[in-house]
Amino acid sequence: MKAFAQLVQQVGSSTKTNEKLQALLQYFQTADDADKVWTIAIFSGRRPRRFVNTRMLTDCCIELTQTPAWLFEECYHTVGDLAETIALLATQKNTAAIPEALPSLSQLIASFISLQKADEETRKAFILHHWQQMDFDACFVFNKLITGGFRIGVSQQTMVNALQKATGIDASVLAHRISGNWDPSNTSFAELVLSGDTTADSSKPYPFYLAYPLATEPETLGPIADWQAEWKWDGIRGQVIVRDALYIWSRGEELLTDHLPEFHGWEKSLPAGTVLDGEIVALLPDANSIPEHIGPFAQLQTRINRKIVSKKLLQQSPVGFIAYDLLEWKSEDIRQTPLSERRALLEQLLQEHPLPGLFISPVVTADDWTSLTEQRRYSRDQKAEGLMLKRCNSVYQTGRKIGDWWKWKIEPLTIDAVMIYAQKGHGRRSNLYTDYTFAVRDGDKLVSFTKAYSGLTDKEFAEVDAFVKKHAIEKFGPVRTVKPELVFEIAFEGIAASNRHKSGVALRFPRINRWRKDKPATEINTLDDLKQLLQQYGNSSSK
Amino acid sequence: MSLIQFTDKGLYCPAGDFYIDPWRPVQRAVITHAHSDHARWGSARYLSHHLSKGMLRQRLGQDIALQTIGWEEPLRIHDVELTLFPAGHIVGSSMVRVAAHGETWLITGDYKLEDDGLSTAWQPVACTHMVTECTFGLPIYQWQPQQQVYNEMCTWVAQNQQQQCTSVFYAYSLGKAQRIQRALAATGLRIWLHGAIANANEALQADGIVLPECHRITADTSKADCEGQIVIAPPSAAGSSWLKKAGRYRDANCSGWMQVRGNKRRNNSDAGFVLCDHADWPSLLQAVQLCGAEKVYSTHGFTDSFSRYLREEKNTWSEAVQTQYGGEEDAIETTGGAA
Repeated sequence: MKAFAQLVQQVGSSTKTNEKLQALLQYFQTADDADKVWTIAIFSGRRPRRFVNTRMLTDCCIELTQTPAWLFEECYHTVGDLAETIALLATQKNTAAIPEALPSLSQLIASFISLQKADEETRKAFILHHWQQMDFDACFVFNKLITGGFRIGVSQQTMVNALQKATGIDASVLAHRISGNWDPSNTSFAELVLSGDTTADSSKPYPFYLAYPLATEPETLGPIADWQAEWKWDGIRGQVIVRDALYIWSRGEELLTDHLPEFHGWEKSLPAGTVLDGEIVALLPDANSIPEHIGPFAQLQTRINRKIVSKKLLQQSPVGFIAYDLLEWKSEDIRQTPLSERRALLEQLLQEHPLPGLFISPVVTADDWTSLTEQRRYSRDQKAEGLMLKRCNSVYQTGRKIGDWWKWKIEPLTIDAVMIYAQKGHGRRSNLYTDYTFAVRDGDKLVSFTKAYSGLTDKEFAEVDAFVKKHAIEKFGPVRTVKPELVFEIAFEGIAASNRHKSGVALRFPRINRWRKDKPATEINTLDDLKQLLQQYGNSSSK
Repeated sequence: MSLIQFTDKGLYCPAGDFYIDPWRPVQRAVITHAHSDHARWGSARYLSHHLSKGMLRQRLGQDIALQTIGWEEPLRIHDVELTLFPAGHIVGSSMVRVAAHGETWLITGDYKLEDDGLSTAWQPVACTHMVTECTFGLPIYQWQPQQQVYNEMCTWVAQNQQQQCTSVFYAYSLGKAQRIQRALAATGLRIWLHGAIANANEALQADGIVLPECHRITADTSKADCEGQIVIAPPSAAGSSWLKKAGRYRDANCSGWMQVRGNKRRNNSDAGFVLCDHADWPSLLQAVQLCGAEKVYSTHGFTDSFSRYLREEKNTWSEAVQTQYGGEEDAIETTGGAA
């Protein structure tokens, strides 16, 4: 685990992709096979079930370091990362740390797994024992392994590239091999990476092909006849796999099959050996066509997080699938077939096997770019965020690749609001007030309606941070109430009615568009302005 | 009437009619040290330690009315006895002891307990009231011994040299920059200084401070001069075209803020060293204990947490006070973290 901790340190502190790649490559060339498998698992978002919750970790640290609970909280809010806060506090006295004596990564994780059934005292003793032998780097990684969420600045793509260099196997093949439902405890490096024997795993999804945002005029793409346009749906990208059984994967490589009972049974209608790429979307009850029966994204969000879906919820918030690509057909991987041919097969397939809740994403036709640009203006009426442009002869690539697929989004909606609360951020925004709550005016009151975390430059964040530190009203706890003075333009992709928010609306992907230094807080938008947007663009059925 | 009052101009001693590190112009200002959040422009008369003379004149004007005294040389001002003690923060940095009517106040300014060999070592001062900074007043901030950090810095420089890269350090021009010069003298490489730092060096040398041999980067300095060597520049130089002089380089921040990964990553530098001129958490507690004050006021930094800890865990009366300190070299963001 020393080598892994070092890898995390190198990858986490480097700002250059090439250095990260080199560090990963060196690790893959020297590490033990079992450790390599776990490293791949961890950097692709897989981890063992937690054997302790964060509460218990916190308590262990408080007990070991004799830190008052409130002070631990203050530290945590300042650092913005629990694993790091604990590592900073718990290893202060370990000047004689002996990292050589630490178990290997795979041994450590084997211990984690066996501890899942152990009693509380045993688990606690295990944690305390390890903390006391570790330096900061090791302790940080140890805690991260326990809590999960290994976001340390290495993309799956970088890892796959390093594996390609280490093994000589093509990156897109590797991306496919390491996807899906394999168990790192029972998979050897040879099976997983070298031979790809786990393709016997029938749940395995294909790596998604992702589009780049179009930053130029569409005319630069050449003749429109070379392109297929579709609406860009506002849902969750997903893959429906029908082989020996039904599997549904999200783009985040989460297996969602259990969350989507309305899709169950599709494996009986669709021929085995079929894989669809498309969008999981919220539907209105008794939906039978799109786009008019597409529901708001917020509804999907509340649905998808529940593993147990009650009958009532199933009726109120149904979910559907809009297919736009066919990746496997008659058990054959057809990703290298041109899009136009895949599309024809997809149309034929869905025509022969109609299913409730399964739709095909219609092609948007236009004679020239001008008329397509005109149609794009009405995206919101189609419950879409804009258009997708796909080259007709494009193959289905792996990951985010420039050139053949573009997302062409419409301008966001905007509203001017005043900041009323601020909270310190996480990660690289540690100890800076970067998470804000905004309000609009309602008579002489202010009504909070959204939070936003992004959209300002580092310099602007520093300026707002200084304002908050100077004008904060409370002194403890994470949230600071500030004088309602700073005005920002908030941009968002959609708006829906919501009874969970004081303002009665929920926004889709809100972020800060710009700081309106030119505008006093007396001139911000009102709650009525928001309600008008809701009426115009919102989906009235989502209560 | 309290011997020291917290006013909107700064810390005021009515019995002696003087201010300590005021943030607005006053008749008489006692200055703990020459950093700009403590030494501000516009007062009629200034008082500080001898070793702050050059820097204060350079920063506030050659013509300021400045009186300087030594450490532990009591000065009578009206009914009040004023004495300076070394604070160990930067060259000339002093804690101000004010005694009268049976009360003894200690105003620390900024300080650290570890002796950096440059600033004159901190020493405890018995007092009844202590006004302490707590820039790093949370237990996550605990520093390694400086020699260990120096070794890490030298190792990093050696690695860069092997790869034919210049090592660029961002450091606040007064204090941290000189500390780094001394730490890196051991590498035997040439140390090149940004003009602002070279100016500070000259002012300090005029006051008798001995510094390792360094070279000022001028319009005539070429890339070849700096390549593979060491460059020290203020944080504002980061990413600027001035750095072209350094050739192929790797850069590092040296600051207490580097203790937290997020701060390090935010700076976007290749390395971050936890080298700090402020007291860490255990040192703050130790200082309070050694000075033995009945009442402790915390000024800049994590004041609320530090004061609450003293009250609840150390059974010491304590309160946070709003001041305007902690601007310049303590700021996390704007300076790239030079604290």
